[in-house]
This record gives sequence, structure tokens and C-alpha cells, in this order.
Amino acid sequence: MLQKIYDWVDERLDITPLWRDVADHEVPEHVNPAHHFSAFVYCFGGLTFFITVIQILSGMFLTMYYVPDIVNAWESVYYLQNEVAFGVIVRGMHHWGASLVIVMMFLHTLRVFFQGAYKKPRELNWVVGVLIFFVMLGLGFTGYLLPWDMKALFATKVGIEIAMTIPVVGPIAKTFLAGGEIIGAQTLTRFFAIHVFFLPAALLGLMGAHFLMIRKQGISGPL
Amino acid sequence: MSKEDISRRQFLNYTLTGVGGFMAAGMLMPMVRFALDPILKEGTDQEMVAVTSVEELANEPKRFDFKIKQKDGWYESDVTQSAWVYKAKNGDVIALSPICKHLGCTVDWNTDPSHPNQFFCPCHLGRYTKDGTNVKGTAPLAPLDVYDSQVKDGKLYLGKAKPRKGA
Repeated sequence: MLQKIYDWVDERLDITPLWRDVADHEVPEHVNPAHHFSAFVYCFGGLTFFITVIQILSGMFLTMYYVPDIVNAWESVYYLQNEVAFGVIVRGMHHWGASLVIVMMFLHTLRVFFQGAYKKPRELNWVVGVLIFFVMLGLGFTGYLLPWDMKALFATKVGIEIAMTIPVVGPIAKTFLAGGEIIGAQTLTRFFAIHVFFLPAALLGLMGAHFLMIRKQGISGPL
Repeated sequence: MSKEDISRRQFLNYTLTGVGGFMAAGMLMPMVRFALDPILKEGTDQEMVAVTSVEELANEPKRFDFKIKQKDGWYESDVTQSAWVYKAKNGDVIALSPICKHLGCTVDWNTDPSHPNQFFCPCHLGRYTKDGTNVKGTAPLAPLDVYDSQVKDGKLYLGKAKPRKGA
């Protein structure tokens, strides 16, 4: 049945080359853990991506209950965690996944660094990777405020004070991030928008570029 | 088992699909159940609320407003509800919900000059007789909901509005 549907579409649109192009590529022996167990270090990039997918999915589901409003934010988080079935698990996935993404990304960066895999011709991919790193930190920073509890509030106050210390543009950066004079209602909605729309969009674009480049250039050779 | 039964490639394909499917299901199951929670949640009971003293009631339906406590997820509030209440000939108290069974507009008593002494919904000209039965040929397909009611110490208490079988 599935095969028939696929054939029907393929006959008309010739989709096979599209996915063949993505799916068919040789995995060199030196990155295959079945040949050399130490090749497991090549998994960290993929793991980062895998956890990112979990973050996007669990985040989408969390917004079904979450409200970015100072009166209701904490209550809605409390409700989704304690009253909704599997709320603890879905929120837990997003909470722990956030830390795990940073860990995996760090390990991936270490691997690339110590293998010198960032060298010519892959410098540009390193740069994009660093941009992804900053976007991830931004996602972590903006997401931290959303539960609107004491920890979130004061962590954000400190974070914005840090932004304030940038020479010249500090005060502007502070007002821009807070959306006003104080960390309050406007900060919360602003952080929510950045967390669920702006940064994920940037992240998807950068990840696309990251993957395109690795496919174009191929993975770096053995040490 | 002959060699043709299943090829190495096929076996690996099945294994990978199986394991991958299991992992994906394990990941998605909590999220899907999380999203479907409102469907599977049990309805909440509602306390009977004192609406009016029975002396206020007449044979003509009268509209009474009353406040109930409503819990909507994390948001709790007092909500005003209305009921059309009258005393039937045999002394029974009838309390009808004013929500039209067609598409949920609000019905009024005796506001259609060409059909007096009926409940009338202005949205699609739906009509109901005094006992809430929908008039055939008009938009609504079911009679108006009836509130659970109780008379205690000369006061009328109302609970939840319950649907009735169609006319």
C-alpha cells in the first residue's frame, strides 16, 4: 500500500533522486564506531541535533498550555506540570534537554577543535558552528525566564545587568532586552517571542547551512 | 530456513525501523498524551447555587442571573449564568438554559411578535415552546437544556444545565 502511494507520487514528481541525494553517502571507515570504537566521538554533532529536535517538539507542545503573561505564566506552568497528564515528563524533557544540548554541543566542539577539523577548507563551518553556539545560549537565556519564578526573575536581572556592562551600547542593550525600564510584563512577552520565534528561526537556518557545508565538503580525514 | 527467506539487508532494515519506531514512539507518546489531556479529563461537578426565592417565580418564564465559580485550567473566576425559570401548573419549577441548541446564541422569551409566548433566538429565528421544546421547522434540533434544580427552605438552587432528547 505504502509502496503504491510512493510509486504513484514518484511517477509524477520523480522524488527518488531528491532523498537519494540526501540519504546515500558513504560513511568513511574512520568515523564508524564498528571499525574503531574511538569513533564514537563523531556522534556528538548528531546527538546535538537529535536533542534539538526533542527541544523543538517538546517546546511546541508546552506552548499549548503556557501563557507568557506575568499574572498567569507561573500558574500555567504549575498547572501543566501538576494537572496535565505527562506534564512532568514533557516539561522535564525540555528542561533537561536544554542542559544536555549545551553539553553535547560542547563535546562536539571539543572534538572538532582537538582533531583540527576546523582547518581549511572548513573554517566557514566552524564560524557557523560558533553562531549556533551563541543562538543556543540565547535560547537558554530567554527560556530560563519563562516559568516566571524567583530563580527565573533574578537570573534574568543578573543576565541583563551583564549585558549592561558592554561599553557604549550597554544601556541600549538593557532597555532592548527588558522592553522597558524594569524586568516585568514586557520583558516576559519579549523573551517568549525571542525564545519561540526569532531564535529557533535563526537556529534552523544556521543548522541548514552547517549540514549543507558538511555534505559539500565531506567529513575531515582521519588523524 | 532457506537463505531466501529474508536477506541481510532486509533484516537490518526491519531491525532499524523497529528500534527507530520504538524510540520515536517513546518520545512522542508523552507529548501526544499531554496534548490530548483536555479530551480525556473528566468533567467537573458543579455546586448547586441559590438563585432566587421561590416566591419570585410565576407562571411566566422570568430570567434570573446567578454567579457560579468556574475553574478554567489555571484560571478561576466567578461567571454569570442565566436561566429562564417558571412554575408549571402542577407546581414544578422549571429552569431552562438560555443557550440556543442550534449554534449557541442566547434565546429570549416572547420577543418575536408573530409567535408570542415562545422562546425566540434572533440569530436564525429558532423557536421553542414554553417547556423548551424546539418548534419543528425552525433551526434548533433539540430542546433547551434544563438546569438541575432543587427547592430548599423556599429558595431555588440550580446546578448544571443538562441536555434532553430531541423532539
